[in-house]
Amino acid sequence: MTDHIVKAYDDELNTLHELIHHMGEMTVQQIDKAIQSIIKGDEKLAHKVIETDDEINLLEVKIDELAVRIIALRQPVAFDLRTVVAALKISNQVERIADYATNIARRTLMLHDMPHLPLVEGLPALLKIPKRMFERALVAFATHDLNLALHVWHMDREVDELFNEYLTELFNAMIADPKNVGPCTQLLFAAKNIERIGDQSTNIAEAVYTLVTGKQFKESDPQ
Amino acid sequence: MDIKIDVKHLNLFYAEKQALHDVSISLQSHQTTALIGPSGCGKSSFLRCLNRMNDIIPSARCEGQVILDGEDIYARSVDVVEVRTRVGMVFQKPNPFPRSIFENVAYGPRIHGLFKSKADLNDIVEGSLTRAALFNEVKDRLHQPATRLSGGQQQRLCIARAIAVNPEVILMDEPCSALDPIATAKVEELIDDLREKFTIVIVTHNLQQAARVSQKTAFFHSGYLVEEGETGALFTTPQDERTQGYITGRYG
Ligand SMILES: Nc1ncnc2c1ncn2[C@@H]1O[C@H](COP(=O)(O)OP(=O)(O)OP(=O)(O)O)[C@@H](O)[C@H]1O
Ligand SMILES: [Mg+2]
Repeated sequence: MTDHIVKAYDDELNTLHELIHHMGEMTVQQIDKAIQSIIKGDEKLAHKVIETDDEINLLEVKIDELAVRIIALRQPVAFDLRTVVAALKISNQVERIADYATNIARRTLMLHDMPHLPLVEGLPALLKIPKRMFERALVAFATHDLNLALHVWHMDREVDELFNEYLTELFNAMIADPKNVGPCTQLLFAAKNIERIGDQSTNIAEAVYTLVTGKQFKESDPQ
Repeated sequence: MDIKIDVKHLNLFYAEKQALHDVSISLQSHQTTALIGPSGCGKSSFLRCLNRMNDIIPSARCEGQVILDGEDIYARSVDVVEVRTRVGMVFQKPNPFPRSIFENVAYGPRIHGLFKSKADLNDIVEGSLTRAALFNEVKDRLHQPATRLSGGQQQRLCIARAIAVNPEVILMDEPCSALDPIATAKVEELIDDLREKFTIVIVTHNLQQAARVSQKTAFFHSGYLVEEGETGALFTTPQDERTQGYITGRYG
């Protein structure tokens, strides 16, 4: 798309994209650190994740403020309007994903006095697809890539399958030894948070779909 | 919905120069249609075709049909004066007659004999000025020359003059370009009001105004009707790249 006649308008829209990019990058780091902390039982790292969440919340506020400012001062229409609306939605979804990372870090602290379970090693494999979905959804937004957005949307099915398998393993461990119930419950919460990262990423993909096509996403639509 | 004016394959020439190219559009009754597009794209020219105002320009020649309630206004049998009464116009530049404020509004009802008594005429004048959001500002000087009004007041006077004769269609060419935000809001409110009885076509360079007042928007470019559609759709999801470029303020 060509530039606006008013350059400052382009600058503001670019800033909006940059802020979301930055927020996304930070959130990916938060997810990685949270998983590391839970696998290694690294409480210092877990605390670090929990503290950093504030910075991400602030970024969301910044994006909101800039979006409202653009609406008030530029009265965006058409693709520009859809960009601002998508940015508002996506920043909200990224913020939620960052919350999931924080929740996982909290599990690290809860697991402190509990017996170590080898099942915790299964979390990175579980995270692989949701994290990739998240990263790709952000790229799809930055590049207005409809196909990539649809691809992300389809990936969610794989997440569900892996999640159900992991759940079965957790239940088996609990049945095998009641002492496992405590740590397994924490891992169950962590796994659920990972699964939600995938769900939120499909929401981002849907926002990109609307941005590019101007239509609301319907499950029956995508091929 | 009823079609009030059906424009079919309209071409307009000023001498050799073609100003409109094969324009076809249906204007619905009780709707406001906004015409937008870059300066010189033919909006005013198109508007003038709708009530044969181009007849006044010697070099102007048009082809195609403009069908008002089923009848082509360019047909030989049609009375031009009647067309212009049914299809009223507010011009881009305010053009009050060099007469009093009262006479400017009373002129139309007088020549068409639209009133029964002096009181009746007073009512028409007051009502028209009120609807055009001007009455309060001029009620103490109705018999002073209209030319002493400010530019924005003159524009509202011309709106009052246009609605005083109860037209069926009102064509407005940038009626608010000289108005402050309050007067603009009042005129927009008036447009919404008038829509219940009339059909309105408005040319505006103010895209937010087009979005606010109209149900349909048509985008013109270099004498071509590029895109027309429901206003909400056109401003959120324009179909043509040129429309997108124009309404978002990009180089087209
Ligand atoms: N009386 C005329 N004689 C010759 N050419 C004319 C006449 N009126 C308009 N034109 C030409 O026709 C084209 C369309 O003009 P028109 O006034 O319809 O544009 P517009 O869209 O109303 O522009 P603006 O937004 O500046 O009012 C222009 O190229 C203009 O120069
Ligand atoms: Mg004009």
